[in-house]
Amino acid sequence: MKKITGILSLVMVLTIIATGFSACGGNGDADKNTLVIGGIGPLTGDYSTYGVSVKQGAQIAVDEINAAGGVNAIKFELKFEDDETDATKAVNAYNTLMDDGMKVSLGAVTSGACIAVTEEAKKDGILLLTPSGSQKECTQYDNCFRICFTDPQQGTVSADYIADNLTAKKIAIIYDKSNDYSVGITDKFVAEAAVKGLEIVAKQAFTSGTSTDFSAQLQQVKDTGAELVFLPIYAKEAAFILKQAKTAGIAVPFFGCDGLDGILEKLGTDNQALANGVMLLTPFAADADDTKTKNFVKVYGEKYNGQVPDQFAADGYDAIYTIKAAIEKAGINDINAADFNTKIIDAMTQVTVEGLTGTMVWDESGDASKDAKAVKITDGTYVAI
Amino acid sequence: MSFISNLINGLSLGSMYALIALGYTMVYGIAKMLNFAHGDVIMVGAFTMFTAAATLKFSPAISIIAGIIVCTLLGVIIEKIAYKPLRKASPLTVLITAIGVSYFLQSLALLIFGSNQKSFPMLFNFEPIRVNEDLILKSDSLMTMGVTILIMVALTLFINKTKTGRAMLAVSEDKGAAELMGVNVNKTISITFAIGSSLAAVAGLFFGLTYGFIGPYTGAMPGIKAFVAAVLGGIGNIPGAMLGGILLGVIENLSKAYISTELSDAIVFAVLIIVLLVKPTGLMGKKINEKV
Amino acid sequence: MKKNNLNIHNLITYGIVVAAFLFVSILVWTGNASRHLQAMLVPIGLNIILAVSLNLIVGFLGELTLGHAGFMSVGAYAGCLFAIKYAEILPTAVRFPLAMIIGGLVACVFGIIIGVPVLRLKGDYLAIVTLAFGEIIRSIIINLEFTGGASGLKGTPQNSNFYIVFVVIMITLVVITNLVNSRAGRAICSIRDNRIAAESLGINITYYKLLAFVIAAFFAGVAGVIYGHNLSILQASVFDYNRSIEILVIVVLGGMGSIRGSVIAAVIITALPEMLRSLADYRMLIYAVVLIAMMLLNGSQKFDKYKGRMNIGGLFTLLKNKKSAKEAG
Repeated sequence: MKKITGILSLVMVLTIIATGFSACGGNGDADKNTLVIGGIGPLTGDYSTYGVSVKQGAQIAVDEINAAGGVNAIKFELKFEDDETDATKAVNAYNTLMDDGMKVSLGAVTSGACIAVTEEAKKDGILLLTPSGSQKECTQYDNCFRICFTDPQQGTVSADYIADNLTAKKIAIIYDKSNDYSVGITDKFVAEAAVKGLEIVAKQAFTSGTSTDFSAQLQQVKDTGAELVFLPIYAKEAAFILKQAKTAGIAVPFFGCDGLDGILEKLGTDNQALANGVMLLTPFAADADDTKTKNFVKVYGEKYNGQVPDQFAADGYDAIYTIKAAIEKAGINDINAADFNTKIIDAMTQVTVEGLTGTMVWDESGDASKDAKAVKITDGTYVAI
Repeated sequence: MSFISNLINGLSLGSMYALIALGYTMVYGIAKMLNFAHGDVIMVGAFTMFTAAATLKFSPAISIIAGIIVCTLLGVIIEKIAYKPLRKASPLTVLITAIGVSYFLQSLALLIFGSNQKSFPMLFNFEPIRVNEDLILKSDSLMTMGVTILIMVALTLFINKTKTGRAMLAVSEDKGAAELMGVNVNKTISITFAIGSSLAAVAGLFFGLTYGFIGPYTGAMPGIKAFVAAVLGGIGNIPGAMLGGILLGVIENLSKAYISTELSDAIVFAVLIIVLLVKPTGLMGKKINEKV
Repeated sequence: MKKNNLNIHNLITYGIVVAAFLFVSILVWTGNASRHLQAMLVPIGLNIILAVSLNLIVGFLGELTLGHAGFMSVGAYAGCLFAIKYAEILPTAVRFPLAMIIGGLVACVFGIIIGVPVLRLKGDYLAIVTLAFGEIIRSIIINLEFTGGASGLKGTPQNSNFYIVFVVIMITLVVITNLVNSRAGRAICSIRDNRIAAESLGINITYYKLLAFVIAAFFAGVAGVIYGHNLSILQASVFDYNRSIEILVIVVLGGMGSIRGSVIAAVIITALPEMLRSLADYRMLIYAVVLIAMMLLNGSQKFDKYKGRMNIGGLFTLLKNKKSAKEAG
């Protein structure tokens, strides 16, 4: 019967208690008129690449705004906590951020964690603006808004686009059954495809995190003679699929949603040819020609070791600028004013934001309405189609 | 025709599992510990080769050797620091320490290489062999299969025919008795870890070549699959690990192709359970007679 | 005399939990507890329940299982589906306890279904089979419609709080400590110590193994229901084998067969990664280092000579010896 080493446990228990006390004075920055924006997302674990992207994108926006002297004399500060894609840890992270004086929450990067956080944000009545929580319930309360598309939107729009603009009629789907984003899009896509007269010849699933071998799924695609493969998944797994599809001799076009953005970065410079002919509907493309995108890609690369921003980074960036726009619209110049929360939330439905991911306006439901651009990858660049 | 393709795909996947399971089962058989960090040593091997070949621009041969050396050293160091002090502690304590080592290697890789997956350099580049339009043999899978069989034979010979190998067998039977017979138990276990980890480096190489992308968590899934494969074949049994790995790959692929991609994980695990209920020590495991 | 000692031992464990509960309650009442600390209380309590129940299998029965999260998930889904269905009909005071009992019982049923065939396996083979069952359960939940699939189950009323968790912890502790000290508990321990000897004494091995397994599953199921009532979303992805391993880490760190150890270790393992948040990027790395260091400190013989003075058990022995010396003097 070995017992836990006592001193160690005592020290730890004391530290826990200490953290319990220490955070009472968490509003130390209050007098400085600095708006603490709290972000939550996976910074470790299988999904860490998405959390890191959002964090980096948002940080660039915060730096830019502060360098320009803030907004209405308010400076921004971004604090970002890890949730390991776990709802419990997301709620813990949210409360840590509240202790640190958070006034506006970026919700959480992944849908499940974000839904758990909306419940807390509703109690506190603060503005929650998730960059990438795409499930419907991520904006279930009046104080919750999002930057990205919802899953159902993307599924419907994709099916419509394929039916109206492409010749392919026999569609195969490879989707991630353990990911709510992927399942959400797939369900709507299948429903809309039936309406539009597309035939789903194969619906193949995999589990992210445990899947690196897609040979069985690709064999099915081949056997059913599909004319197009729909990939409502993230670029990470899509990279594996594209590589194995080439080996398996599959030459049909691939079609994806915004999750597929960043595929060139994920494939790496050696494999860019694999992405040739891949089409995707995305609100953001790192190769776009407008100065805003070009500037963002340049700053991002300089700050983060040559990385190319993906859609998550763009969403994080746009979220910060949306908060700025809401503050301007509401004419807030003191973040400690009693009506800060109501003013900024009211302003959300009145602002129009020209972001990296398009021009966005929000309605009562909290969803951004914006257009997706259809792009095709040709020789390592995105070309609008 | 598609059945043959599916079967071949299953065999390629299975040989990858088998290759990983070989190193896993060897450490288990001799040192009697579940090395949960084995998968992460694979990841370290792959990243070492990636750094050597893609960042430092070394030749493929040097990169591979560098990967093997780094993994071998890492295996020995991990054993010295984390497992050796616990030689007399309960197996569960060692298991948890191994999990700690696994977390450590993952978070270290995350800090150094970031969360984005990296494209593994094509150290050899063979075109797939096209028998006809429907049947395509992947050359990297053929190589994996060949290397796995080679390693299995070499390991079996090494353990049964050489002095060090027999010392390993002695240690796995009874540490105390082996020590009395003049076997240096600590050295033998160190060698076991060195070999197991160098096998992990080889597995890392073939994983990278076959799938093309590596990340900090690359090793976690193969680690668990290899654990399943090793148990299926009879833990500690080298030909058993080979058989378990191949079977696991084939079952997984065929159930994806003909039953359901949604439930393939569940089917694989269900087969494992059924096999163990019929043969409680795995397909090729020894039956242990209990003494009072 | 022996019996008396055991009672004192258990009372100390209860006392530690009650004292910690009172201390934290005072912090909360006086407004001195940070939001972060308050949010951590339920997860810590859940891990205490899970670890104490798993300890029954790992520590007292001596069998390794890696499927505890599976029992937690079936309990969570059963309890939460019930709670959602009757959310409008039954008042919380009736519905929540009922949901916990239903969740626990469903987990029990799964405990029997799984336990009967697999408990004849031993050691690592049992570990992998329980891991396999956990993963099968998760895979099936993701593919079912009524569980919400991968999107998760939403709409469970958020009724969990620190006080309910405390009550459940106390019930768990009382049940498990009393079971361990009962005839059945001694039978369970005898299976761990020497199965063949136990069998030859006429102890029904299968029955007692199953008993330990099913009771542990019950409490895991109850913990699952509380988990489901703590967040507004229940996703099967959290119940993977990593969750089972986390509980196992707590049990091993706390000491196999030590209930008090499990309680303390649950607090440490749950709170440690949260406390390390200020380290930002280095958090998980430091967590891994601390975990390895604690295991080495705990298991290595090198450190044995320091242990007598440093561990909590040793501290109590020291005090007791002094007291008895005084009485004798």
